[in-house]
Amino acid sequence: MKNLWEIFYKGLFDQNPIFRLALSLCPALAVTSTVTNALAMGLSVMFVITTNNVVVSIFRNWVNPKVRVPVYITSIATIVTVVILTLQAYFPDLYKELYLYLNLIVVFAIILARAEVFAAKNSVVPSFFDGLGMGAGFAGAMVFIGAIRELFGSGTFMGVNILGSAYDPALIIVLPPGGFILIGLMIAGFNLIGEYQDKLKIAKQGSDV
Amino acid sequence: MEGYLQLFIASAITNNFVLTQFLGLCIFFGVSKNLNASIGMGMAVTSVMTLSSLLAWAVYTYILHPLGLQTLMLVVFVLLIASFVQLLEMIIKKHAPALYNMWGIYLVLIATNCIVLAVPVTNAELQSDFITSLVRSIGSGAGFALAIILMASLREKLQYADVPKSLEGLGISFILAGMLALSFFGFSGMITL
Repeated sequence: MKNLWEIFYKGLFDQNPIFRLALSLCPALAVTSTVTNALAMGLSVMFVITTNNVVVSIFRNWVNPKVRVPVYITSIATIVTVVILTLQAYFPDLYKELYLYLNLIVVFAIILARAEVFAAKNSVVPSFFDGLGMGAGFAGAMVFIGAIRELFGSGTFMGVNILGSAYDPALIIVLPPGGFILIGLMIAGFNLIGEYQDKLKIAKQGSDV
Repeated sequence: MEGYLQLFIASAITNNFVLTQFLGLCIFFGVSKNLNASIGMGMAVTSVMTLSSLLAWAVYTYILHPLGLQTLMLVVFVLLIASFVQLLEMIIKKHAPALYNMWGIYLVLIATNCIVLAVPVTNAELQSDFITSLVRSIGSGAGFALAIILMASLREKLQYADVPKSLEGLGISFILAGMLALSFFGFSGMITL
């Protein structure tokens, strides 16, 4: 049980797909101008990655290694189609806004990477938790970026006004250029934290010696 | 005719795939360290994007749409583009080794890239006719090439700049891309589709 928790947990921080592995940055910028879009995209990806991990894991012993990538891609594309049709039926507004990016979930490096690195070598249950953790890490990072952009860019959170009318929204943060700059600063921030932790570690080792 | 020119400029500049729609960021940041490599990448993406979106257009218009199989679009497009790029790589390797030495490695990278998939999907979504699809894919490819070449020129200059340690690498590149996006943003409103 503890192992499964560790498999799940590593996707959240240690190997966070967006901040740590710098994979799948396109959606992290494209659909994070509002929290609602970011959440919808995050949950869709989480569903795809988890389901695909399970499918790949079930069939791992029957797939010839030479054709594994086309098989994985077919599986991912099928699951993504299911997600798109579901969103189209129940959330037509979201579907209209996210249409292009939902289709592009197929080619997200992180999904193929998890299938290849983890699900192809592990049994169903760990693969499920690996997908769930990675997906949750992705969705969490998306919502985090979306919250910052929506809060400062339009003064709202999920469409509800938070900062009040006195706050003059910095429109640039919602626009594409602001997205790039914000992500750049966030990566720098994470690097800074990493450097600080390394320094602490070195200082600690030094005092041990 | 005027409509096509407008579409070309719109897909190359005002709706630039990289800088306003955030597609193809992996190769945009991965290959833009070197000017020559980014020129090769720009050319490779433009040609693959044009050819594969025409192929996808034909399959969608003559096979999927008449049969009412639009739900299969995604599966078909992904496999079609991936196998087409593979085929293209083999043909170039056999018949134009010089070209292969220049572009070969980029072809593998773009086989399943979001920017190459985005154009066929857009064409299918808008049910564009043949010439519109052609103009849109060439325009988008040109826009990508423009963005990556500009970015590479900027990053080559950046090597001589004194960048804070935590911003080095990806951080400063993103901020630079933000500045570039800002200048492209100045064109928005010039053409509306």
